[in-house]
Amino acid sequence: MIELVSQSRCIECNLCVKVCPTNVFDEVEGGAPVIARQSACQTCFMCEVYCPVDALYVAPEAETSVEVNEDRLIDLGLLGSYREAVGWGPGRTPGAAKVDASEYMQEKIRKTLH
Amino acid sequence: MSEISSNLKLGAEPLDLTADVLVIGGGPAGTWAAWSAASKGARVVLADKGYCGSSGATAPSGVGVWYVEPNPEERAKAKSSREALGGFLADHGWMDRVLDQTYENVAHLAQWGYPFPTNERGEQVRRGLQGPEYMKIMRKIVKQAGVRILDHSPALELLLDFDGTVAGAAGVQRQDDRPWSVKAGAVVIATGGCAFLSKALGTNVLTGDGGLMAAEVGGEMSGMEFSNAYSLAPAFSSVTKSAYYNWASFTYEDGRIIEGAGSQRGRSVIARTLLTQPVFCRLDKADEETQVWMRKGQANFFLPFDRAGINPFTDRFPVTMRLEGTVRGTGGIRIADTTCATTAPGLYAAGDAATRELICGGLTGGGSHNAAWAISSGYWAGGGAADYALALGDKAHSRRLRGAGRAGLRPSGAGFETAEVVRAVQSEVSPYDKNLFRTEQGLSDSLTQLNGLWRAVQGRPDSATTAEGALQARQAAAMVATARWMYASARVRTETRGMHKRIDHPGQSPELQYRLLSGGLDTVWVKPDPTSVAAPSSKETVAS
Repeated sequence: MIELVSQSRCIECNLCVKVCPTNVFDEVEGGAPVIARQSACQTCFMCEVYCPVDALYVAPEAETSVEVNEDRLIDLGLLGSYREAVGWGPGRTPGAAKVDASEYMQEKIRKTLH
Repeated sequence: MSEISSNLKLGAEPLDLTADVLVIGGGPAGTWAAWSAASKGARVVLADKGYCGSSGATAPSGVGVWYVEPNPEERAKAKSSREALGGFLADHGWMDRVLDQTYENVAHLAQWGYPFPTNERGEQVRRGLQGPEYMKIMRKIVKQAGVRILDHSPALELLLDFDGTVAGAAGVQRQDDRPWSVKAGAVVIATGGCAFLSKALGTNVLTGDGGLMAAEVGGEMSGMEFSNAYSLAPAFSSVTKSAYYNWASFTYEDGRIIEGAGSQRGRSVIARTLLTQPVFCRLDKADEETQVWMRKGQANFFLPFDRAGINPFTDRFPVTMRLEGTVRGTGGIRIADTTCATTAPGLYAAGDAATRELICGGLTGGGSHNAAWAISSGYWAGGGAADYALALGDKAHSRRLRGAGRAGLRPSGAGFETAEVVRAVQSEVSPYDKNLFRTEQGLSDSLTQLNGLWRAVQGRPDSATTAEGALQARQAAAMVATARWMYASARVRTETRGMHKRIDHPGQSPELQYRLLSGGLDTVWVKPDPTSVAAPSSKETVAS
């Protein structure tokens, strides 16, 4: 579930409020959005992909809320890691355009497993 | 159109619009429908429960597409590949249409700038789509076509004219506590399937709302017994990407191998074990080269592992099977003709909200056929709705309308607690020993519970004084309705076919090789589809 809106990184664009499909965030006048309905978070990671400044962190635990530490997430390279994997952001190549793995994988499934 | 507002007493002034075509749902099917309708010159409004671009099962995922080159040999192979798995309920004419339309529409995607990868021969490989990229482009294209998008605007009910023809819909804007209504010449339902708030990736906006709205205006369902899809996922996680579990070993807590457990054929063994104890997994059959390809193929598969500090190739981790219901099932609103019209005049259906039996019978997986169906059925439904609406002309907007919604929306009787109803439905549809392994006794017991819940949701919901609360109550009612059609159909199909498993009828019965229609609200009915091959002359089973 969503666990972090980084106060130092957030630029108050409220894009997360807009794109969250389950309406988890609330806008705050003159501040960073708040996680208003955490239990409604479906752990789809879409807010992270859209956040232009990598200010959000969605923990992998879908059912339980966990403690996170922003500095540690930064040290581990996890803040913004999914946006990078999807290839969004200035100077990046969309992941969709990268080498196609499906042909290889399907062949592999056929050969090794059946 | 102030019915909703007077009913809910919401804060903000209503937003009342007119359009030729209203599309409900902004995932793949809804966006293709909106684009298709707009391309015919229709004025289109698209309303999404969440945000068109991130909503639904496709956006956060990567999907394969049933995209096959138009050469007869490959097409024949593609059509026959899943026929047996689907229990021979698919239709060759529909498969041909979908293969043709998908091929054509994916070429549009390439023109619109979807960055398809290229192979070593420099040709685009168009058999897969990355959800975030795909849906971002669809949103852009739909807007460029002049479609007005209403985000965070769930529809709560359809509107009817006084002849009983569908003529719009009404709902709420959840972020503004504002009621909305759209008077329209025709409506397309593209609200997705129903996964019962299981948190399977991207599915919590998919609560069967479209099925309930359709049933309230005379729509019918088809194939609702094919509604027990479950996907493997790490136990703690929402990421239900199953393909890579082909490389897995499944073990008990003490490390012993679970005999017969597997991703494709051995899911039942995993489910059976999960009924009594945890199941562990390790992707230890993937060699190093394969591991590299796996990472390239699906970034989101590794996301939960990387974040939880687990190396899935060397560490054991607990797995679960998350319910994906009709999202990866094949049941949905009955399609009445090639324009994807429903049996309710003025109403069209597309994508996972509609039945997918026409192209894959009683079994599908993520993406692939479902993705192709969303593209094609969305395209046809949008086009069909536009033709219908444009033929009505100005008459469409002078009609006097009334709201068709009832359960969870217009209370009659005692109060109910929304969250309580949701938990109660989940406890009938989530357990493997009720929904995956079906029996006459189990289905009949569940239907007794579900019929009680249906009576409960006729009452006054605790939550419905705000837009968000009204939505929750309506979703609860839709899930109850969906579960009742599922189990009533499952009871009538006294055999095992496609994904539908009857423990008390383990074999496939040749005399039951036809599709099942279902429907009804206070009284649920099930009957053979007279248009499917080998269907007996219509005999209706009243199931509740």
